Amino acid sequence: MWKKVFAWLDERLGLNEMQKNLLERPEPKGNWWNTLGSASLFLFILQGATGIFLTVYYTPSPDHAYDSITYIMNDVTFGWLIRGIHHWGATLMVIVVFLHLLRVFVTASYKYPRELTWLIGIGLLIATLGMGFTGYLLPWNQRAYWATTVGTQIAGTVPFLGEFILKALRGGADLSALTLQRFFSGHIWILPVVLLALIGAHLFLIIRHGESHWPTKED
Amino acid sequence: MSEPISRREFMKASVYFVGGIVGAAVGIPAVGFLIDPAFKGGSKEAWIPVGKLADMPEVGKPYPFSFTRVQVNGWERTATSHGGFIIRKSDAPDNLLILNSRCTHLACTVNWSEADHVFLCPCHDAKFDPEGTVLDGPPPRPLDRYAEFRVTADGILEIFYKEG
Repeated sequence: MWKKVFAWLDERLGLNEMQKNLLERPEPKGNWWNTLGSASLFLFILQGATGIFLTVYYTPSPDHAYDSITYIMNDVTFGWLIRGIHHWGATLMVIVVFLHLLRVFVTASYKYPRELTWLIGIGLLIATLGMGFTGYLLPWNQRAYWATTVGTQIAGTVPFLGEFILKALRGGADLSALTLQRFFSGHIWILPVVLLALIGAHLFLIIRHGESHWPTKED
Repeated sequence: MSEPISRREFMKASVYFVGGIVGAAVGIPAVGFLIDPAFKGGSKEAWIPVGKLADMPEVGKPYPFSFTRVQVNGWERTATSHGGFIIRKSDAPDNLLILNSRCTHLACTVNWSEADHVFLCPCHDAKFDPEGTVLDGPPPRPLDRYAEFRVTADGILEIFYKEG
């Protein structure tokens, strides 16, 4: 019965072929450093899942943001766990993405024909840092408020364009409800969509090229 | 060991096992997180103390009382005020009439008029007699009553409040 259903689906979707091409593609001799990309992807999915759950209770308004997080932490069943995973997962993701970049750099995997994979990877790093920057404001506590004040001020020191960048980031001259709202929007819509698109391209290129060999002495 | 499992099979099983544990460790709490409010109590009824019965000695005189209910939903607290009148119908401590002072027309608070011996609604001049029956004006029904009440051991009168 199961087999019949699977055969029917396979005939139309090509599941077996997909598995062969995507998951059972030949790899160079394994090395644990090569798993950092998959680890980043796993963390992205974990952050996405826990983030979606957090929006069930979180409210991005100056009146309620802090209270809603206090509620998540103290009153919602396993709220501390879901937010804890999201909080620590964020830090871990930045670390893992950066280690992944270092690995690719050290093994010179960014060279022909993988230059585009590398460039997209830089985009992924920037978007990941953007997630960290926007997410940091959302608890709306003193630390979040002043970190964003300082962070946006730094962006504001750019010559000529500084004031424009500062206002665009804050949604006005001051840190306000508008800032919180646009950081929230960026954190849950804009940056995740960018990340998803870049991850798709990144994975497509990896599957297209296969993974690079670990360099040997001759290299 | 009759049938030694291959390295590949072992890795596969390990990945499924560890993956299953990780999935359950996140998945089960996530479901609890999502449906948590369904298990929250948030009682909509309570016994409310409204005063010492000994302080309301006169038969037939409406003694006003008021109380506030605080409804907590998540991180939001909503306070609503309630009030009414306690009227002794005789000296017996359980022979009380407890009226809700909320006018049955548009929920204004009615006041006792000692001169006319009626409850007057300031909004549309409705009149109720001391039993709560409509004498004049637009209200569609008599004043509501707190039918359930009790007197505690130390003489405090408590009424049973039920939302809605």
